[in-house]
Amino acid sequence: MKLTPVIAAAAALAAGLALAPRDAAAQQTIKLDGSSTVFPISEAVAEEFQIARRGKVRVTVGISGTGGGFKKFCRGEIDISDASRPISKSEMDACAKAGIQYIELPVAYDALTVAVNPKNTWVDTMTVAELKKMWEPAAQGKVKTWKDVNAKWPAQPLKLFGPGADSGTFDYFTEATVGKSKSSRGDFTASEDDNVLVQGVESDVNALAYFGYAYYAPNALKMKAVKIVNSKGQAVGPSPKGVLDGSYEPLSRPIFIYVSKASAQRAEVKEFVEFYLSKGAPLVEEVKYVPLAKKAYDLALANFRAGKAGTAFGGKNEVGLTVEELLAREGKF
Amino acid sequence: MRAAQAGVERRKLFDKLFVLLGLVVLVAAFAVLFALFLDLLRQGAPRLDWDFLTSYASRKPEQAGILAAWVGTSLIMVVTACVAMPVGVAAAIYLEEYAPKNWVTAIIEINVTNLAGVPSIIYGLLALGLFVYKLGLGQSILAAGLTLALLILPIVIVATREAVRAVPRPIREAAYALGATRWEVTAHHVLPYSMGGVLTGMIIGLSRAIGETAPIITIGALSFIAFLPTPPLTGEFPFLSFAWLKDAFTAMPIQMFNWVSRPDPGFRVNAAAAGAILLGMTLLMNGIAIWLRYRFRKKINW
Repeated sequence: MKLTPVIAAAAALAAGLALAPRDAAAQQTIKLDGSSTVFPISEAVAEEFQIARRGKVRVTVGISGTGGGFKKFCRGEIDISDASRPISKSEMDACAKAGIQYIELPVAYDALTVAVNPKNTWVDTMTVAELKKMWEPAAQGKVKTWKDVNAKWPAQPLKLFGPGADSGTFDYFTEATVGKSKSSRGDFTASEDDNVLVQGVESDVNALAYFGYAYYAPNALKMKAVKIVNSKGQAVGPSPKGVLDGSYEPLSRPIFIYVSKASAQRAEVKEFVEFYLSKGAPLVEEVKYVPLAKKAYDLALANFRAGKAGTAFGGKNEVGLTVEELLAREGKF
Repeated sequence: MRAAQAGVERRKLFDKLFVLLGLVVLVAAFAVLFALFLDLLRQGAPRLDWDFLTSYASRKPEQAGILAAWVGTSLIMVVTACVAMPVGVAAAIYLEEYAPKNWVTAIIEINVTNLAGVPSIIYGLLALGLFVYKLGLGQSILAAGLTLALLILPIVIVATREAVRAVPRPIREAAYALGATRWEVTAHHVLPYSMGGVLTGMIIGLSRAIGETAPIITIGALSFIAFLPTPPLTGEFPFLSFAWLKDAFTAMPIQMFNWVSRPDPGFRVNAAAAGAILLGMTLLMNGIAIWLRYRFRKKINW
């Protein structure tokens, strides 16, 4: 046994480290990170963009969750943050402190889908008030059967499935139904993996779950999407059409990318974002989200080109805001 | 006399029962692994081809591959092995052969054993603070390799110490009697004879490291990356490049996790195929180590 080769290898490794050019490859790399909900869209756009540019520009996409993405974004580690909800007050403060300005761009809609088992014969439509009765914190330990929600439904146990408390979907659903973000009963089966929720609904006749439309679409035969009664009194099921004409409310929401203003100065980032907003619509559809109207993409592109920074939300989520309205608002920091 | 006979019979029966129990447990453990592997192969079969190994991730399940993931995992394993092996062996040899037997050494020994039980996410958090930010290594292959090296270091140290301790005392004494220094005794005799045990430690360590997801997610592995790290061999002097150590990466377990949680069922086939390949990589790595161990053992003639 000779130790020399081992020592030599270690020495070579150390020498190589010292000589390794620092960040030589980082110049042409666009870094995205954030929400797992937005990930499929960003992945598709990154894939197509790299093909279009024949590999001259590198794009990486990470999944740290919306909150994790904003943390990295406000530290200046990434160029673009994928977000399934608007930037929050504390995140705005963190960015302001670090001197990071951002351009808020909606890229697609997601229709939150409330689904039940196909053998469930008693539920076709539901009102927001019923969803609230089912999910509000006061329901914990009290609303245990379907009958407890609506006297016309059978006295069978109500089995609820929903995403975990770290997800933007959870934030939005609670805001839209209960009326306060993150305010939910705790005694339901929570999973960060939406496929677990899908399986829950598929296998139990008494189950009810909510998740993104992308998880409903490929499984549409194995479950039943509940029609939600909107503010005009119409019962509307989740569909791209219902989202676009605004009738599927309040459970449709825009999802965003936040572009760092400093990064947007770089030619390749600028090109990437323009590609995202101008060529993104068919890709959005392909990964089962709902693209914005053409007009909204044009508006977003104009905002981006004009460098219109800040958020339209002022640190809290709002339900029922159209994309055109939010793009027209003055940005806040 | 007859009572004694009955006692022997009973003890022999107990002996047989124990052998049977051992066999059942062994077969059960094997059957589970085998069934799992077969199931992955069956589910992933449609995607197990050359294209799968040579394509990047994609939004289309039937076009997506694991190129970036398996290259990333392999490079991380190289870094991990290169760091954990020398450091772990050196630490173990110091503790066994050099360290004075006092309370400081005792505390270190206890802590090394305890470290083997620390959850991997803790190593991830430590690495995020130390490697990624303090030392400025960023979200790189090097940071990931160092993190996993740290994770398996206790395993390597404990295994090496056991192996070193198993070298018979007379061998050391004979070498000392011939005037060898402590370093000569260690480098020429103790270490070569214990190499088999050291490699076993490395096998166990690397097999644990290759499947780890939590620590590398913590330090910032990416989910979509459609390019390879800088190649380690270059056309010009000095022909070796270490730039890949600083590159961003993804790894097999992360790619699988990402696919399993996607809505399109097609991705689940990909995840199964990737799982089969990851198991195959582990077996291959272990195979190499077992072959090396066999070669080292053959050279020993006491």
